[in-house]
Amino acid sequence: MSTSAATAPAADALPAVALDRLPLALLPALALVALPLVGSFSTWVTLTVAGLAMGLIIFIIASGLTLVFGLMDVLNFGHGVFIALGAYLAVSVLGAMTGWTGSESLFLNLLAVLPAMLVAMAVAGGVGFAFERVIIRPVYGQHLKQIMITMGGMIVGEELIKVVWGAQTIPLPLPAAFRGALLLGDAAVEKYRLIAVVIGLIVFAAMYWVLSRTKVGLLIRAGVQDREMVESLGYRIRKLFVGVFVAGSALAGLGGVMWGLYQQNVTPQMGAQVNVLIFIVIIIGGLGSVGGCFIGALLVGLLANYTGFLAPKVALFSNILLMVLILLWRPQGIYPVAKR
Amino acid sequence: MKEPLLRLEGVHTHIGAYHILHGVDLEVARGELTVLLGRNGAGKTTTLRSIMGLWRAEPGRVWFDGDDIAARATPEIAQRGIAYVPENMGIFADLTVRENMILAARGARRAEDIDAKRLDWIFGLFPAVKKFWQHPAGLLSGGQKQMLAVARAIVEPRKLLLIDEPSKGLAPAIIQNMIAAFRQLKQTDTTILLVEQNFNFARQLGDQVAVMDDGRIIHAGAMAELAADDGLQQRLLGLSLAAHQ
Amino acid sequence: MALISRVLSGDLPRNRILTALLIAIVAGLAFAPFIFPGAKALNVAAKICIFIVLVASFDLLLGYTGIVSFAHTMFFGIGAYGVAIALTRLGPSWAAVAAGIAAALALSLLLSLLIGLFSLRVKAIFYAMITLAVASAFQTFASQLSEITGGEDGLSFKVPGMLTPGFSFAEQPFLGVSLDGKLISYYLLFAVTVALFLVMLRIVNSPFGRVLQAIRENDFRAEALGYRTVVYRTLSNVLSAGFATLAGALLALWLRYNGPDTSLSFEIMIDILLIVVIGGMGTMYGAVVGATLFIIAQNYLQDVMKLASDAAAGVPLLPDLVHPDRWLLWLGILFILSVYRFPTGIVGKLRASQ
Repeated sequence: MSTSAATAPAADALPAVALDRLPLALLPALALVALPLVGSFSTWVTLTVAGLAMGLIIFIIASGLTLVFGLMDVLNFGHGVFIALGAYLAVSVLGAMTGWTGSESLFLNLLAVLPAMLVAMAVAGGVGFAFERVIIRPVYGQHLKQIMITMGGMIVGEELIKVVWGAQTIPLPLPAAFRGALLLGDAAVEKYRLIAVVIGLIVFAAMYWVLSRTKVGLLIRAGVQDREMVESLGYRIRKLFVGVFVAGSALAGLGGVMWGLYQQNVTPQMGAQVNVLIFIVIIIGGLGSVGGCFIGALLVGLLANYTGFLAPKVALFSNILLMVLILLWRPQGIYPVAKR
Repeated sequence: MKEPLLRLEGVHTHIGAYHILHGVDLEVARGELTVLLGRNGAGKTTTLRSIMGLWRAEPGRVWFDGDDIAARATPEIAQRGIAYVPENMGIFADLTVRENMILAARGARRAEDIDAKRLDWIFGLFPAVKKFWQHPAGLLSGGQKQMLAVARAIVEPRKLLLIDEPSKGLAPAIIQNMIAAFRQLKQTDTTILLVEQNFNFARQLGDQVAVMDDGRIIHAGAMAELAADDGLQQRLLGLSLAAHQ
Repeated sequence: MALISRVLSGDLPRNRILTALLIAIVAGLAFAPFIFPGAKALNVAAKICIFIVLVASFDLLLGYTGIVSFAHTMFFGIGAYGVAIALTRLGPSWAAVAAGIAAALALSLLLSLLIGLFSLRVKAIFYAMITLAVASAFQTFASQLSEITGGEDGLSFKVPGMLTPGFSFAEQPFLGVSLDGKLISYYLLFAVTVALFLVMLRIVNSPFGRVLQAIRENDFRAEALGYRTVVYRTLSNVLSAGFATLAGALLALWLRYNGPDTSLSFEIMIDILLIVVIGGMGTMYGAVVGATLFIIAQNYLQDVMKLASDAAAGVPLLPDLVHPDRWLLWLGILFILSVYRFPTGIVGKLRASQ
């Protein structure tokens, strides 16, 4: 029987583990503030669902980026390239399956969209692997060069997309059964938005499960806090990083498919455009935090839709204003990662 | 005489423009606890980090169990059976105590995979680890974190433990707990290299001692010998046990 | 010799090939209307001058202070819009030009100060992202305020009498070049470019400039030595923005037009980044050499690419790869290679190969 219990430190009782739930409250808060401004409840429902859908798509795209940064201090300014790639691949794949996308059957539509998503994820992941090896690996630890080189990577990627698919905007029509809206009481909710919300929540749940219930997830969470210690415990964090990078790129590809369907067209610049939104989101969320990224993405999605309806001219501005407000409140973002 | 488990041969370490280690020769005998003493800035932490591969030992050799690990990568060095408890403890504050322990047990996917007997023994040494099993490690007190850090290092049997100033900043009562825990640890025949500034703490645990100054080893020998020789203590450490009693 | 050294603030080219290049460029620009006849050539020369100022101001920020900012085109645009709006609203007079420039500089000063103070405490990556977002928002903003900025179509306006093509101050052409407002405009541009460049050269070679470089190398050390790095960084930010604003004013005066794509577009930001890296960061002369090469290539290389593309017709993918519209692809690849292999750019490479 050890005697150390008798001389245990005075601070025996731990302070109540209060999970930082305050930022979560921002979401309903924003929604509730918007309600009187919008006026009509049914319109508000439509906008809110649209906002959640957009937010979840942004989350899918941004989550990989924030983890990569938290894990290895690498910011990929070229992340947009995977988004565009995914969207363009969707155009090609869905274009080849017009039989199924034209059908009114939801099942067949899903059967067509699924391969588009899988192809987008596989190719984006593969390109991500090459991107990490060729473009990023040589400049580890040199932030200035990283910024420039990944920017260069995006320019080259965008141009290559133009080479393969052409420089014009290409329409990406929704499959037949995805079109139109459901009526929830008075509110018209677009079907695709609902589907996007469902898919987004599935991805979020899967990510949450991996991060909190698997050893790999544990390693990622630990690595974000203290890379050196994880290596000292005997894990090859480099391999982990490549894996996370590839996964993040694949997710960006998936997000690209969904974004393309959301906008119903694709342009070569879409990567650069979404890039700005993503950066705002991960800054709001806290670099390295998946939870923060989730809240940030939803906030941005909701805000974009509310301001798009109320005051379209200030839509992009409103996101920056949101970012400034959050940074004034918490300079490191909503959930700063506790680095050693 | 048995071959030492760890042997540093003429190790130099540079960090940027600074030349910290100037040819360190050190031997750590198997199954014994060797203390590395020295004042601030002597190069003790640098020595541990160089062994661990976090900083490059060049030129020089680091012999561990017959192999030269000087140029190897840190994860590989750790996988050869060396556990490292850094000065800042390296606790993952956002993870629970349980998750910290799972990470340290390389073979484990879940808590159930950790050897139950061994875990019980650790709980006996460090009750705080059991008590706050499900809590985020960041909420533990300094002393409790230190215990967790050591617990992590022994959750699986390792050949060599590198421990950097475990008594730093701890209250005397906790230091006593720490000493008791280490005494039990020593009985398991683990080889330990302990860096310390607190001579009193070191004296109670060390079998061998090496004193470091300005990036070099200036004395190496049995702890008992140094503990008995006041004059030697004065010369090497600028203090004596007698004065601190 | 000593006079040249003083004019250049002691920052000599230090390499024979570089000196030759620079002399050729300066001479070419100085006598452009006479050596290279035609409107297109003069336009190219004018654009080179403007970009020299624009890129040099960016080099002050990136090459000498070590800060990556994607908001540089925003200040360029503010300068251009300042002059454009003033001349549109207040009529074609020198007073209007002055008012436009003053207002633009004031706005740039304010914005660069705000951005600097707000985000210079944070990591470089944060700062880069924030400037990207702000510049993007500003571009959208400018194209939406159509009453003031002319929206997507931009503003066309008249410039003060002396600068208009219609104005001529001599009946007979001189050496084949008609002495009209366009010529005066060009030489105004050239003179201001030379002046601004020399001023920037003086700044980076002053004690202030040396502190900037120290901060770029190791800001901890600089802070420890007693320099308030936030102050220096903010000042660098403000100066850089100011010169970019002036470059924008010059652009507006030359083109007699300004729109969101003329000065605020992201493509221009990329071009600046490319030029400063390929030319050589932290050298100032890199801006001169880089801008010249880039703009000449942009205007004439594309003709070469068109030939290649037509010749390759029928081969899959190849005509698209060398299509003149895709010249940014090759530039991007060159850029990536430069960051890896030639981080010191052309000027650095020349200087190293003594």
